[in-house]
Amino acid sequence: MKIVVAIKQVPERDAQVRINPSGKWIEESGLQYALNESDAYALEEALQLKEKHGGEVIVVSAGPERVGQTIREALAKGADRAIHIDCDDLGNRDALGVARLLAAAVKPENPDLVLTGLQSEDLGLGQTGVIVAELLNLPHATLILHVEKTETGLTVKRELEEGWFQTIDLPTPAVLTIQSGGNKLRYATLMGIKRAKTKEVRRVTAAELAVDATPVVILDQILLPHKQKSTQMLPGSPKEAAAALAEKLKFEVRVL
Amino acid sequence: MSGILVVLELQTTSGQRAGRISRISWEALAAGQKLAAAQSLNITAAIVGADTESLAAEIAAKGIATIRVDHPLLAQYTPDGFTLALQQLIQSESPTQVVFPHTYQVRDYAPALAARLNQVLISDVVDIAPGPVFTRQLMQGRLNGNYRSTGTGPCLISVQAGAFRAESTESATTPAEIKTFTPTIEAAQIRTIPGEPFRGSSQSVDLGSAQLIVSVGRGIKEAENIPIVQELANALGAELAASRPICDNGWLSMDHQVGSSGQTVSPKLYLAVGISGAIQHLVGMKGSQCIVAINKDPDAPIFEIADYGIVGDLFEVVPALTAAIKAAKQ
Repeated sequence: MKIVVAIKQVPERDAQVRINPSGKWIEESGLQYALNESDAYALEEALQLKEKHGGEVIVVSAGPERVGQTIREALAKGADRAIHIDCDDLGNRDALGVARLLAAAVKPENPDLVLTGLQSEDLGLGQTGVIVAELLNLPHATLILHVEKTETGLTVKRELEEGWFQTIDLPTPAVLTIQSGGNKLRYATLMGIKRAKTKEVRRVTAAELAVDATPVVILDQILLPHKQKSTQMLPGSPKEAAAALAEKLKFEVRVL
Repeated sequence: MSGILVVLELQTTSGQRAGRISRISWEALAAGQKLAAAQSLNITAAIVGADTESLAAEIAAKGIATIRVDHPLLAQYTPDGFTLALQQLIQSESPTQVVFPHTYQVRDYAPALAARLNQVLISDVVDIAPGPVFTRQLMQGRLNGNYRSTGTGPCLISVQAGAFRAESTESATTPAEIKTFTPTIEAAQIRTIPGEPFRGSSQSVDLGSAQLIVSVGRGIKEAENIPIVQELANALGAELAASRPICDNGWLSMDHQVGSSGQTVSPKLYLAVGISGAIQHLVGMKGSQCIVAINKDPDAPIFEIADYGIVGDLFEVVPALTAAIKAAKQ
């Protein structure tokens, strides 16, 4: 099975994000980046499918120079090769614009399966995989926890709300967006890290892919959220704060 | 029509509510009414399915003109079927804006529908301002982003559960008009075969009826540390719950999970330990009467909705709190 995994580099989960002076994006200097979590699960699913059925795992990622780091990590975990869509203006493109880049890079590969995480941790649009499927004219399923290869295609386990699930049968080639938690994530081994250095990373510029970058939807302004409640912060040492909270729980919330 | 089209959705799971119009759909309708009022536009509801007569009547009874998008191939949801049907409806009606509830089902097809119309869905909207400008959360709820559409075609948006109040949809004295729209769909165009929904593992932890909940998140760092939170729950007489990553890692079983993919709870007390407060978690617990958050990050979104907060190292605060609660109970 030839599997392409679209991955995204996002600010690290605990990173302190600040709004940059333009008010339209976050301050990127000094930020630490990591592989988007659900994309890590998509990569894991791809690697396990390859282990079971053979084939090739190709990662594709769009973004500036720094994205190379995340691509190397994916190669160290076991992906065979990578495509880096070199692109400094990701933030100016909307979900369709980014999906166009990915679809254009993926299409010549003619994969049996395209996997990606269901949602990014930075923008949280949750759309890229579905739009890529539409652009490639492939069937898709989202929020997938488990993938089984069948005679004619795939049987997948899809998460529904509130603890419900369903299975879906679909033919290949197909696009799946992967929900976190379906597999246990692997770590890169030392050998893997060493091997990654010799694996192919093909760079292609956004200009070479020649897709429409004009956005339909624009992110105009970034703001700090309004507080929905007035939170009473309990200061002091851990012991003092804990004592103050126990007091509140007893006399105000009345649960003790 | 140059008006607002709101696509309502059925509750597909959850026992007795299955087959009814979902609550978040009524909230989407409320968001649509807000948009319609601000731009002096008409509002129309659409319901997609195979036997939508009584559902359409329920919507029209509220005075909302309703379109039944009805076809035997829409009896079960598929992304191909719904995308085709709504593409045809939108092209026929030319609405200015189309409003969806932000559900797993909408996330499954609306981005493709938008792309097919050369549009981009503005997903998970929490607020609408004049313009219209649509606010959605970024960076796991740490920031808000204001979005607008520059396109000439219909603007598609989906609204977050709980962001708009559904109470403004009372019954009208005379029901509104109901139209039927029959899309052209062929069986071969539907490429996926959906199975019936089924429940995951049997729910042995019923968080829904718990009065007190202590919930643990990523901040706990390792499975070995869970007992310190369990002790706090024991001291309080509370149920132990968790955010998704804890269950993903197998540190607690899936039936402990609170959030959009887990259980929705509204206890008297929800004490969140080491939970930053991603949107997916907040939708499952923000109806709690009293929310307490303990987190090392003063900017964690959980503090936005907390009644009481302690910024600090949970490994110091939680044992101190357990001791303080035991003392207060004596």
